[in-house]
Amino acid sequence: MTSRPLLHNRVALLMVLAAAVAAVALPFLGFAPNRLLSGRPVPLWAAAQGFDGAIALLPGLALLATPFLRPTRTGLGLTVVAGGLFTAGLVWLAGAQAAALAQGASAAARTSFASGFWVMAAAGLLTAIDAARRLGLGAIGRMAVGGAVAALVALQLASGHLDALSILKEYANRREIFADAVLRHAMLVAAALVPTLLIGIPLGVAAHRVQAVGRAVFPVLNVVQTVPSIALFGLLMAPLAALGAMLPGSGISGVGPLPAVIALTFYSLLPIVRNTAVGLDGVPAPVREAARGMGLTPGQIFLRVDLPLALPVFLSGLRITVVQAVGLAAVAALIGAGGLGAIMFQGLFANALDLVLLGAVPVILLAVAADALLSIGIAAATHSIGVLPGRSAP
Amino acid sequence: MTGVGMAPRDFLTDRLMLGLVVLVALVLGMPSLKPLFATLFPRLDRPLYEAESFVSLTLDHMALVGVSSLAAILLGGGAGIAVTRPWGREFRGLLETVATMGQTFPPVAVLALAVPVMGFGPEPALIALTLYALLPVVENTVAGLDGVPAPVLDSARGLGMGPAEMLFRVELPLAAPVILAGIRTAVIINVGTAAIASTVGAKTLGLPIIVGLNGSNQAYVIQGALIVAALAVVIDAGFDRLAGWLTRWSQR
Repeated sequence: MTSRPLLHNRVALLMVLAAAVAAVALPFLGFAPNRLLSGRPVPLWAAAQGFDGAIALLPGLALLATPFLRPTRTGLGLTVVAGGLFTAGLVWLAGAQAAALAQGASAAARTSFASGFWVMAAAGLLTAIDAARRLGLGAIGRMAVGGAVAALVALQLASGHLDALSILKEYANRREIFADAVLRHAMLVAAALVPTLLIGIPLGVAAHRVQAVGRAVFPVLNVVQTVPSIALFGLLMAPLAALGAMLPGSGISGVGPLPAVIALTFYSLLPIVRNTAVGLDGVPAPVREAARGMGLTPGQIFLRVDLPLALPVFLSGLRITVVQAVGLAAVAALIGAGGLGAIMFQGLFANALDLVLLGAVPVILLAVAADALLSIGIAAATHSIGVLPGRSAP
Repeated sequence: MTGVGMAPRDFLTDRLMLGLVVLVALVLGMPSLKPLFATLFPRLDRPLYEAESFVSLTLDHMALVGVSSLAAILLGGGAGIAVTRPWGREFRGLLETVATMGQTFPPVAVLALAVPVMGFGPEPALIALTLYALLPVVENTVAGLDGVPAPVLDSARGLGMGPAEMLFRVELPLAAPVILAGIRTAVIINVGTAAIASTVGAKTLGLPIIVGLNGSNQAYVIQGALIVAALAVVIDAGFDRLAGWLTRWSQR
């Protein structure tokens, strides 16, 4: 008679161990009298006292059991829920503790997330996502798990429960600047996308039809992609400033959004041109011939055969472009283009770390959201042409 | 063979050699371009960045990129190998999730987030660059090892090779071009991110750019930007050469 193995999920075990070490050895929050002084650490056990704290950590107890749950639908489903609720519970606990600390302190006091929080939150989320994968959920399903946790955090944000945390205090001080920065950031990306698509798609079609075009275009775009963004921004400044001096009243300037949009366009072209060409290259010749045999004109073949079949590959190029542009637009703040990068660098230059968070975290969220939305679009486009039998298959 | 007895004409059309010559000339010769920058920007009091020499900035930049990339290759390569072994397979999904999710995070944001956790200086830059470089290395190590055809593995096993011998003599050599492509992506991203790392207190080629941008000194910006761009192009061309050699060697 063989004994059943006790341990069923070594990934969950690793995550639980990491979270346990972080809970004991790392600070959960940092509490500082004002935003310039460095804070004193607040360990998890100090933050979790009282009835509410115990409730918030209940999913953590469930998480401790997850490595030993059998990999049935119920067991894995429980693991997903425990991991997700653990992360959301940590955020809740941080908000509650920040509010409690704020009561006995001046308005300038700051409570911010510390390393222990980040490690534990990541461990909970990764356990949930890994269990979702084991359940056979595809990329979209796993995104939904992440989205559910994000929704729980968003609820706490909306209810004002997290208002005492330092990042939200910074937000409260800069509500209007922040809203403008998010809008400006999105506008920079969108403004670069227009010329990118107008130039990139025709170039991609040309590269697909005439090999010489591809041989001429791709090496140039590859070199551009190699040049560090901060260098390209810097190198565009002087010529544009000179041009602006020659054409007074044209509004052309070496700083601000114009050089940013030009540089973003240069970087964005490669994935668009390449994936347009590769997508069209991938349309099987017999399909085109069949369409011709059915009496479709070249224009109709392009619109009704080439376009839908090349769409998934094109969209994955668009996904790379947008995610990349969200990050590059943050760097563009250095040349005065504004956006979330401006808040981030202002924080770095002034040694105001909560301000850094207020700039950097939304940049990451924007990139992740763009990635998720376009991934759903790619899945839909792939599904509609039926090339692959659904991305959600295990 | 290449490089030995090269005709002058080949030398001029060779991107690596040409780039290297331009890079070295820029790094060593920038001080002698001072009159040129003085003519181009007559309104600037200091037309040349002289707080640090470009030689030391370039070496510091390369050291930061080199150390972080090396750490990423060892850690990422090791993790990629581990999850493709039977005993590590269970962790593959987790590693792939982290690598895919992590790569949607903009490198500049990762760099900025290292500061609240670790403070200012070269250390947060080193950690952020290492973490970010891990992701493409992991992804390509897994993809490269996955791409080794099963019949090749079967015949290696048939020859009596043990797991370690198979890994080092069959799997890694066959996967090398794909792994190298991941390392190339990581290093090129790091060259750019290291330049931005001047904003978190690391001394790199980004420093003249940042100082120039903050003090409206366009000459500083151009000096830093030219050298860092040349450095990136040379390193990319070097990887091109390396990839060519590797492909020829693995097809032997």
